[in-house]
Amino acid sequence: MSTPPTPAAGHSVGVSLHWSKGHDAPHRDLHSSTPSHSTEHLLATASEGSTCSSVSLVSERTYLDAASAEPMHPAAREMLLSAVDSGWADPVRLHHEGRTARLLLDNARAVLADAVGVRPDELYLTTSGTAAIQAGLTAVRAARSRVGATIVHSAVEHSAVLHTAGEAAAEVGVDRLGRVELAAFTDAVRRPGVAVAALQSANHEVGTRQPVEAAAAAAGDVPLFVDASASVGHDVVPAGWSVLAASAHKWGGPAGVGLLAVKKGTRIAPAWPMDEREDGLSPGFPNVPNALAAAAALQARLAEAEELGKQHRAWIDEVRRRVAADIPDVEVVGDADDRLPHILTFSCLYVDGEALVTALDAEGFAVSSGSACTSSTLRPSHVLAAMGVLTHGNVRVSLGRDTTHDEVQRFCAVLPGLVQRIRAEVGM
Amino acid sequence: MNIDLDCRGLICPLPVIKLAKTLPTVAVGDTVTVLADDPAAATDIPAWCRMRSQELVSAGENQYVVRRVS
Repeated sequence: MSTPPTPAAGHSVGVSLHWSKGHDAPHRDLHSSTPSHSTEHLLATASEGSTCSSVSLVSERTYLDAASAEPMHPAAREMLLSAVDSGWADPVRLHHEGRTARLLLDNARAVLADAVGVRPDELYLTTSGTAAIQAGLTAVRAARSRVGATIVHSAVEHSAVLHTAGEAAAEVGVDRLGRVELAAFTDAVRRPGVAVAALQSANHEVGTRQPVEAAAAAAGDVPLFVDASASVGHDVVPAGWSVLAASAHKWGGPAGVGLLAVKKGTRIAPAWPMDEREDGLSPGFPNVPNALAAAAALQARLAEAEELGKQHRAWIDEVRRRVAADIPDVEVVGDADDRLPHILTFSCLYVDGEALVTALDAEGFAVSSGSACTSSTLRPSHVLAAMGVLTHGNVRVSLGRDTTHDEVQRFCAVLPGLVQRIRAEVGM
Repeated sequence: MNIDLDCRGLICPLPVIKLAKTLPTVAVGDTVTVLADDPAAATDIPAWCRMRSQELVSAGENQYVVRRVS
């Protein structure tokens, strides 16, 4: 029998995993299964299914859409593979396997809580950033139902905030850079009937940072809910919030892990089941391997953040400068300085956003777009619309930890010709 | 003088492209009234006027009046 692990040492995820790697995986039956049970078809890729001649380009892909999703951080991948074998048991059980899973979960929570500046018992794990926003805002609003139901929020919040606020929303406009109008925010939050105020740490589409500390001061007794999904792992998250939401896949962790941090003294009335599992801190059977991988990714990412941030900031400055200089009739949007390090958004007049994304993809560049033609609703990004900036021909570039300067320079070199070609097709 | 430009049923950037091609055909001081029901036009026509330094006289329900100033 192995020695029981010592209880949750805050930052010892790697160490605590080490002793449990020896589990002999009982997978032999699956591996010898008949061909009908083969899982290889699950791994069919876009390039295999495509008839176009892009095969040679696949090896030269330049991925500039890190704000949508990043490849898993190597530290997270390694942790996930170990944790799948060691953290599968039910953490509420009293047997060795259960206690192992519980220890790993405690370690993950300790690391994640420390990274966002709360105690472990103030951190709820959810299944996504969207779920954290929805559950968190709803729980704070419910706890303050005697005060009112209004959710004050900026016009450029994530759609999950907009949907949760619903009818009882007081939306506050933003300036041309995408920054909330602080005077209007202050006015709105001080009206009667406000349950909670929501303001993102920085905008996920244009990178502009929001005045979180000033908003917190303005909010007074009204709890401030900060969606920090775009910032955590990339940028410093300002203080002053009562509740914070974040999402692991935004910092190189796995999909399916959201954080909901609720500072002591903030009342919540949870709608989720407060069952025996960690007093409701992670309702339902927790995904221990994913939580650990999320923690490993964040720990590794924070260690790199300063260096990566400097690099990304300089490269985004370069893209901003070159796009504005080399392409006529382009609107580069968002704050040039007070922004996230890794995101840049611009819109090209007379250009179809879908055509530009597709043309860039064919040249090997992956970017996203807030143009209406690239969305399922055929409506332009509510962020760009609220800022009053051009919504068509829109491209968001976001850099990841693997992005190289060479890739950034190639993007700047290729883009003007593509824009020119698409404009020529419509006689512009 | 005013020219009507019916862009109903067209999606962006087409209404803006049509506006950009039509405005130079009117005299400086004259207007083009764009009829456009694409939701993106509500943002993009005012943005075009700002970027191209033309005057947005009014923006109403699916109707935008633009004056050529240069």
